[in-house]
Amino acid sequence: MKLSLSNPGLDDRILSHQQLDKLEEDEAGDRPKWDNKAQYMLSCVGFCVGLGNVWRFPYLCQSHGGGAFMIPFLILLVLEGIPLLHLEFAIGQRLRAGSMGVWSAIHPYLAGIGIASMCISLTVSLYYNTIIAWIMWYFFNSFQDPLPWSQCPMDASLTGFVSECERSSPVDYFWYRKTLNTTPAIEEDGGLQWWILLCHICAWSVLYICTIRGIETTGKAVYVTSTLPYVVLTIFLIRGLTLKGSLSGIKFLFTPDLTELAKPTTWLDAGAQVFYSFSLAFGGLISFSSYNSVHNNCEQDAVIISIINGLTAVYAATVIYTIIGFRATERFDNCLSGNILALLNAFDMAEGSITDNNYNQVVQHLNETHPEVIQGIDLKTCDLTTFLSEGVEGTGLAFIVFTEAITKMPLSPLWSVLFFIMLFCLGLSSMFGNIEGVLVPVQDLKVFPKTLPKEAITGVICALCCLVGLIFVLGSGNYWLSLFDTYGASIALLVVAFCEMISVVYIYGIDRFNNDIKFMIGHRPNFFWQASWRVISPLIMFFILVFYLVTKVSEKLLYKAWDPESEKFPTLEEKLYPDWIYVIIFILAGIPSLAIPFLAIWKSILCCQHTQKT
Amino acid sequence: MLDKILFLLCLASALADERCMPDTPHGFQVRLSIKTALGDEAYVWNENEMFLFRASLAFAMRNHMNGQQFEVSNIIVCNETMRVSFWFIVTSPLDTSQLIDQENVEAAIRQSRNRINSAFLLTDKTLEFVDILPTLATLYTHPTPPWLIVFGVVMGAVSAGIIIMLVSSVVQKKRKTNRKPQDEDDDEETRVKTVENGDAHDGIHNMSFSEDERFTKM
Repeated sequence: MKLSLSNPGLDDRILSHQQLDKLEEDEAGDRPKWDNKAQYMLSCVGFCVGLGNVWRFPYLCQSHGGGAFMIPFLILLVLEGIPLLHLEFAIGQRLRAGSMGVWSAIHPYLAGIGIASMCISLTVSLYYNTIIAWIMWYFFNSFQDPLPWSQCPMDASLTGFVSECERSSPVDYFWYRKTLNTTPAIEEDGGLQWWILLCHICAWSVLYICTIRGIETTGKAVYVTSTLPYVVLTIFLIRGLTLKGSLSGIKFLFTPDLTELAKPTTWLDAGAQVFYSFSLAFGGLISFSSYNSVHNNCEQDAVIISIINGLTAVYAATVIYTIIGFRATERFDNCLSGNILALLNAFDMAEGSITDNNYNQVVQHLNETHPEVIQGIDLKTCDLTTFLSEGVEGTGLAFIVFTEAITKMPLSPLWSVLFFIMLFCLGLSSMFGNIEGVLVPVQDLKVFPKTLPKEAITGVICALCCLVGLIFVLGSGNYWLSLFDTYGASIALLVVAFCEMISVVYIYGIDRFNNDIKFMIGHRPNFFWQASWRVISPLIMFFILVFYLVTKVSEKLLYKAWDPESEKFPTLEEKLYPDWIYVIIFILAGIPSLAIPFLAIWKSILCCQHTQKT
Repeated sequence: MLDKILFLLCLASALADERCMPDTPHGFQVRLSIKTALGDEAYVWNENEMFLFRASLAFAMRNHMNGQQFEVSNIIVCNETMRVSFWFIVTSPLDTSQLIDQENVEAAIRQSRNRINSAFLLTDKTLEFVDILPTLATLYTHPTPPWLIVFGVVMGAVSAGIIIMLVSSVVQKKRKTNRKPQDEDDDEETRVKTVENGDAHDGIHNMSFSEDERFTKM
């Protein structure tokens, strides 16, 4: 398909190959550069590998048929992730500009794509750093034994435990009450929570010091933030495998259920996970790659980073599920011991007469002989699979399930510190890419005067984001965060990525693009790249986008609230969003997506007026 | 002599047995979970252990009700099961037909719970007095929350780092601007020198210090 739209004036807006070579030789130009290839690779890996690899992928894997989920995941990784990644790397390296510069250079009408990327990066930066603030709060609280979420605090009269904690669990109480101090509904804001405010300011300060001079400082920071998670994951794997029940967790995770492959939702969830996991369409990857030398082998980089991202997701899932298997086994054992104790007490049988092995037979026998007594005891059903499939994702996994598992391990404070350092590094390295996606377009848009040094611009952006991010420090902050997460970064990203592909393939021209790649790395991209860029990846993006729109539009807007007054407490209660939330959702999802056509039309009007005047 | 004592004891216990029964309003049920607590090192529950229990309970009663000399015989036990659970009642040392009421017995046990537990190497959970809830251990509250200390350390380090970075970039900029005019002076001097050497034969008029437009301003 050699469809290509006419694009006059393209040569005037971009540097030619000879100019690029000359630029490389003279080492002229004020564009920052990576100190070495390792910094670039670690930055990209850090941006791609984030919290989603740890707390979204294992949940998806386990709920969509375990080992069978790997098949759609890997297929879509190859067909969707790698081509898109290569495209972003190549275009950034060729046009040597951030997202704003690249799309404006390809065609002035496409400036909307750059604006959309910047808006999305800004939205994500706002709430992502609050998650890092929560992680820091847990990290600060890990330096004590016993850990504060291992036991309920006493109530005011010191006769018992706090009722909210008794009815739920110490970890739930610590998360919802001591950390978030969450309100029962999104309309009640609950005021700023000062302890989270401190952590919020700390998180933004850490981010500021790491990005203060752009890639000069982030390039050094990624040596730690991108490698430490792997070290900690390995430590946890070794520790996890020595715990009882870890292997049942891994078995549960990877047991394939091939019937799931027939369901379209499995494939669509896999596609969405691959897409979001690669942090595409944020503009950060284009920026990172533009700091490379012109002849850097971006094809190889794309393949390597995609493989690392995929393998990390699988590795993290394994580690998480060893710990979840341990927790589920622990719960199962406690449940069973509780039942056995109740039976021993009711029937005054000697200790050790009922064990785990003969439990079922004994219960059956007793049920036949003394059914009334058995009814009176109210035995709980203990099923290991139920405990294992309490599939939790997101903040629930990290701050509730995993923290509970840690309290049951010996030397809990050590494991807690390591775990939260790992999450902190994962989040921070992703934030570097997000901030890059905000800073570079802001500099390209020339919002600030040129005399202002880079440190000041970064400082202003960080301070502004810190202020706007105060909304997530309120009592209802958790609800706002999940709102932003669900609507701010989902549909708009798909739209932007789809437009990126179309722009590069059909507006920039696939022939020109192929020649550029031949100039940069020495050989034309082979048939696989051609097929995926022109047909396969755009089609996949289109399907996922349509699926998302259809499901999001048709579903009722509900959110899960922690309400101690509700009947089903401690289960989260589903509440309807108030009507004014629709405006917020439109701003979050609609403005970036609509910026693309809007700016195209606006620029064309300006252009027409200009040609009319001359 | 021994026979007589034994006979009397059996008689006494036989007589007192009627008042000691399950769900008695004057006593409590006790449950021991020795194997759960001690695992392989569990001891066997026998008459001697029961004697120790009755003795420690008498000790608790003595501690609580000052002056009254409770003896082992005042603690009457019945309904021993394989679970190792039994009921007990406490008679007054002054008049064995009178039973000590539940509140006093409960208070006495609460007071000396730790001592009774440690006599048997058990805990509140494994030596269970049914219906006597153990007093909850008060959690240690730190004077300054430890998280605030860690926060202070991290925030201090980060702030120091930011200040250092900003100061160093300001210093670097100043050095650059100071070096630039110096570089200009050096360049002019070298050019001046070459002109001087070239014009050595000229002699009279030293043109090097004139405002000459030959030297293009940087």
